[in-house]
Amino acid sequence: MSEIKMITGTAVPVYGNDIDTDRIIPARFLRCVSFDGLGEHAFEDDRAGEKAKGKTHPFDDARFKGAKVLVANSNFGCGSSREHAPQAIYRWGVRAIVAVSYSEIFYGNTVAMGMPCVHVSPEDAQAIQALVESDPSVEVSVDIEGNCVKVAGKSFASTIPEGPRKQFLSGGWDATSELLADFQDIETVASRLPYVNQFA
Amino acid sequence: METGGPKTEKSSRHGIPEYGTMGQTLYDKVFDAHVVRRLSSGQYQLFIGLHMIHEVTSPQAFEMLRDRDLKVPFPGRTVATVDHIVPTEDQSRPYKDDLAEQMMKAIEANTQQFGIRLYQPGSGKQGVVHIVAPEQGLTQPGMTVACGDSHTATHGAFGAIAFGIGTSQVRDVLATQTLSMGRLKVRRIEVNGKLGSGVYAKDVILHILRKLTAKGGVGYAYEFAGTTIEAMSMEERMTVCNMAIEGGARCGYINPDETTFAYLKGRPEAPSGAAWDKAVAWWKSVASDVDAQYADVVKYDAADIEPTVTWGISPDQSVGVNEPIPATSDFPEAERPNILEAYEYMDLSAGQSMSTVHVDVVFIGSCTNGRISDLREAARVAELHGGKVPTSVKAFVVPGSEIVKKEAEAEGLDKVFLAHGFEWREAGCSMCLAMNPDKLKGRQISASTSNRNFKGRQGSPSGRTLLVSPAMAAAAALEGKITDVRQILSKGGN
Repeated sequence: MSEIKMITGTAVPVYGNDIDTDRIIPARFLRCVSFDGLGEHAFEDDRAGEKAKGKTHPFDDARFKGAKVLVANSNFGCGSSREHAPQAIYRWGVRAIVAVSYSEIFYGNTVAMGMPCVHVSPEDAQAIQALVESDPSVEVSVDIEGNCVKVAGKSFASTIPEGPRKQFLSGGWDATSELLADFQDIETVASRLPYVNQFA
Repeated sequence: METGGPKTEKSSRHGIPEYGTMGQTLYDKVFDAHVVRRLSSGQYQLFIGLHMIHEVTSPQAFEMLRDRDLKVPFPGRTVATVDHIVPTEDQSRPYKDDLAEQMMKAIEANTQQFGIRLYQPGSGKQGVVHIVAPEQGLTQPGMTVACGDSHTATHGAFGAIAFGIGTSQVRDVLATQTLSMGRLKVRRIEVNGKLGSGVYAKDVILHILRKLTAKGGVGYAYEFAGTTIEAMSMEERMTVCNMAIEGGARCGYINPDETTFAYLKGRPEAPSGAAWDKAVAWWKSVASDVDAQYADVVKYDAADIEPTVTWGISPDQSVGVNEPIPATSDFPEAERPNILEAYEYMDLSAGQSMSTVHVDVVFIGSCTNGRISDLREAARVAELHGGKVPTSVKAFVVPGSEIVKKEAEAEGLDKVFLAHGFEWREAGCSMCLAMNPDKLKGRQISASTSNRNFKGRQGSPSGRTLLVSPAMAAAAALEGKITDVRQILSKGGN
């Protein structure tokens, strides 16, 4: 399992609070048995909506093509639990997210997928978005080990909950093998739960 | 996520926290009972008592199991049904939508390969996953419940810790019956007093969401309590807990009581005989202690809650039916861009009353409001109103499960709906998320008993959704516009 300590690359800003997973990947694209091909549909309806208004969604903006870091605002990924949403973002090319806050389920999905999501203050999220907007070629480094996001010589303090942080740094973000490591312990807990034993 | 250290932790052999016997919440008791050990990350390995799967978020998980040559060690603790993509009109196979058919075939093959029960259409047990598990008595107090669906919070109505997960976590539960989880804080939300006529569980939760916002619950489990909640039936409690996730809380729960036990008694998967008394004793023991400590407590008065309708693109953007749409100045600075975006998308403006808003479509159903009591109340409104759905409006009723459908038909509710111009369908998720053929078209606006009014949620990228109770939805269907259902109910003497 691979350790994830730092993600460096160009960034793409996506603006607004409470961006839900229906907007990240509309439900019609969930009619599939594989996550393959979801990347091209990330933010599909938002992208079309912007185009209809004569505007360009950041995911369609040539300046942000190839970005590895997504910079968002608060409560990113709220709503449906669909892992298709972070999978679509990942398959578009993103490898880390910087935002003020995330929904719990979205966050759990990104940890299990190995896509770190770090927290910054609302002001810093906006500042990073502005830096990226003014120079889309600027490199953004999401430093999990150093708890900071570096952009154009500036360093912004970031946080990540201790559990996921350790998981990324140790490579234990894919939890399955550790969860299976001591199967007897699982059976022990199951055996002392009254309902597992039919309240016998 | 990891949200601060537990109160009086002593480490045991596996790092399982041991608490004193006083002052614990149900959340802490149930969590502790299911901890297998502390993982190297500091997260907890949590045993999952009931795992439900459906056709949308499980196929990739099974593929991962096969890729890694993993087995399912507790197949009896997972139950499958199909709900999201199931058509509600013509259910004959193969489905007209090839992709839907492919997903059905995948869950049939996957459940067969791994020895998991599947409630298929026609089995008499199929329906929306969060409706069928309680119907069968699978959901019980004191359990941990997980499902690849955010509305798993519904099962908290029984005093279970129930939360949605993604597909990689579905893989983990299948392969290990456990998950890597952080501990949540607990917020107690008390609602006290008697609800007025025309005010329902749906209005209660929409009111709470409005007060606490869509992100106010991030990092929390919500414990719903107070005399209003205690007086609710299990079906009403499920409506409240169902939408905890819309407030950012990964789970919501209600302490089990006599109402809970009475609902469970006699259900196919509930304990019976000598086991019943032992079960009730254990269920009582997991309820929050009277001196339990909470991260915080908020209180609301039932008398302040009106029939509520959302006006925006987030479930916390709602008003009482006779209240004007709020102005941007009513919100904190940081929220104002979202409010402006909502006005623009919905084509509504500050100061406007929702009771002037015409609707094109009315959807009654979903895991929020697709149970028998919901349908009874909608049918009662139709009968009291006496009129028919105008031709300009498409109104359809989707029972939450095959059992709900059968029960409704035995009571003649289908005939009431049909007589008043509503369509009567087969069980499924339908237009709550519009993965099946039931969709809004273009800029259509719906009054919907579902749980999300997000942009594009109901199948049209520019479609609009107004979230309401089943009674308010029926009223909107019959009047062709948002209408205060109390005007209709008053004809019935209440």
